[in-house]
Amino acid sequence: MVRTLWIEVGKALYLFGGLMGLAAILTWLERKQSALMQDRVGANRARIFGLRLLGLPHIITDAVKLLTKEDFVPAGVPAWLHAMAPWVTLTVACLPAAAVPFGHVLYWGGQAIELQLMDMQVGLVYALAIASMAIYGVILAGWVTRNKWAVLGSLRAAAQLIGFGVVLGISLIGPVLLYGTLNLQEMVRWQDATVLGGWLPRWGIFFQPLAFLIFLTVGIAETKRIPFDLPEGESEIIGYFLEYSGMKFGAFFLADFIETVVVAMLTVTVFLGGWSVPYLSADQGGFVWPWGAHTAVPPVGVTLLQMAAFWVKVFAVCWFLLLIRWTLPRFRIDQAVRLGWQYLLPLSVLNTFGTAAVLLIRQ
Amino acid sequence: MPGQFKKVRRPPENWWVRSYLPAILQGLWITARHFFRNLFIFTAHRFGLLKHVRAGVVYQWPEEPRPVAPRYRGRHRLLKRPDGTPRCVACYMCETICPAECIHIIPQEVPDPFIEKAPKAFYIDLSKCIFCGYCVEACPEDAIRMDVFDFRLASYDRFQMVLDMETMLNSEPSVPYK
Ligand code: SF4
Ligand code: SF4
Repeated sequence: MVRTLWIEVGKALYLFGGLMGLAAILTWLERKQSALMQDRVGANRARIFGLRLLGLPHIITDAVKLLTKEDFVPAGVPAWLHAMAPWVTLTVACLPAAAVPFGHVLYWGGQAIELQLMDMQVGLVYALAIASMAIYGVILAGWVTRNKWAVLGSLRAAAQLIGFGVVLGISLIGPVLLYGTLNLQEMVRWQDATVLGGWLPRWGIFFQPLAFLIFLTVGIAETKRIPFDLPEGESEIIGYFLEYSGMKFGAFFLADFIETVVVAMLTVTVFLGGWSVPYLSADQGGFVWPWGAHTAVPPVGVTLLQMAAFWVKVFAVCWFLLLIRWTLPRFRIDQAVRLGWQYLLPLSVLNTFGTAAVLLIRQ
Repeated sequence: MPGQFKKVRRPPENWWVRSYLPAILQGLWITARHFFRNLFIFTAHRFGLLKHVRAGVVYQWPEEPRPVAPRYRGRHRLLKRPDGTPRCVACYMCETICPAECIHIIPQEVPDPFIEKAPKAFYIDLSKCIFCGYCVEACPEDAIRMDVFDFRLASYDRFQMVLDMETMLNSEPSVPYK
């Protein structure tokens, strides 16, 4: 019993430690990657003991700066309500990750450990439900600070997140029909195979490309970052966190990065095969190459490789999301809302019907 | 409606163009190309390779000096006669033309009958100077030039921003490189 508890705690620390760590690294990656994309060098001045380490110490200096800044609370606002908004946002941003499987099964000490925090039959619904709660923190932030621009930011966020939240759900019905399950672990198991004579990994993206495109677009919109950064709109309204300073602002900022990682995790799980490594099969005890060769890998090696593959894929998708964020210009609010309701919603419905029809015919 | 206006007709585009996807892919291709090119060259620099190829376009100032064009208007310098006295004759041309009113000259008599006057003190307040170069153009004696290419002019105290005559007389002209 105690042992089970420790295993659960260990898994939670592993997953959320990885999530937080990756989000912290993203604050660094964002600067370095945008610098490289724009022929610059990027942050490289902070140093530890004279070592610049490619600018990595900037993660620490940022935290120190945010923690030591003045903590400003506008007049006439209850301090606890003001402090609640960033924490609601931060908590809600983290939680969907709990349903994401970060590995298959680890056999350790004669016990099979399912490498997933919550083994739920409705994992996907849980993740989407929690993700749609992100709007509460944003609305609270704009509303309690009694600032017109912050309220405008909240209104935009409401218009955007509600509109795209609908599409987010519907775009995933296609994959759900295909996999026949809402359990994220089961989805990955379905994808842990090959098709076309063993050449192509059976990943969702190859069967549901349209759903993948829509989900990625909507996922970017859910993170409230460029090209869908209307709730923030730095150049016009500053946005819902206008009246926040110091670490409270930092919490909003970090929440955006955590949401980016969570969107990447969901994308990887639903469309990119989750923890599955192409051609690596646990049942066959190693790699089964398409040309017929076989490379043996011990069972522990298979599990570790799969756990590593999950993070590699998540990191790659995060990189791609940053690439989009630093390439595309921002939408106008009416364009963004029209994109969501008029184009993405019908397309995702169409994708659902198309998938259902194909599955029906092939039955 | 007052005034004339011309209505621009946008050419109708097909659905593929209007889906933005080709333009987005093009943009991603450009930025990703820059990313991988710079990543590759920076990594090569770490290992001492490809040093002659620049990665990125920025100069790592102050470790890496920035090339300055010969026409660059830098800090002011006062020129000297062969005997070491200032060439300036305190004619006030520069002080008069200076749009920022940041030059202050205190003149004094000189024994030499062929020299009108000489500055006793000559101040330029760099915190007001707009680096227009009018003072250089106005000077009839070619006594003032702006060829000290030092742009580390910031200071913690606005009084440190005032250049005095000794500093300007004893500065060396910079050699433009590249
Ligand atoms: S450069 Fe222009 S502003 Fe500066 S001292 Fe000369 S005349 Fe005045
Ligand atoms: S214009 Fe030339 S000579 Fe006249 S005061 Fe200025 S620096 Fe001296």
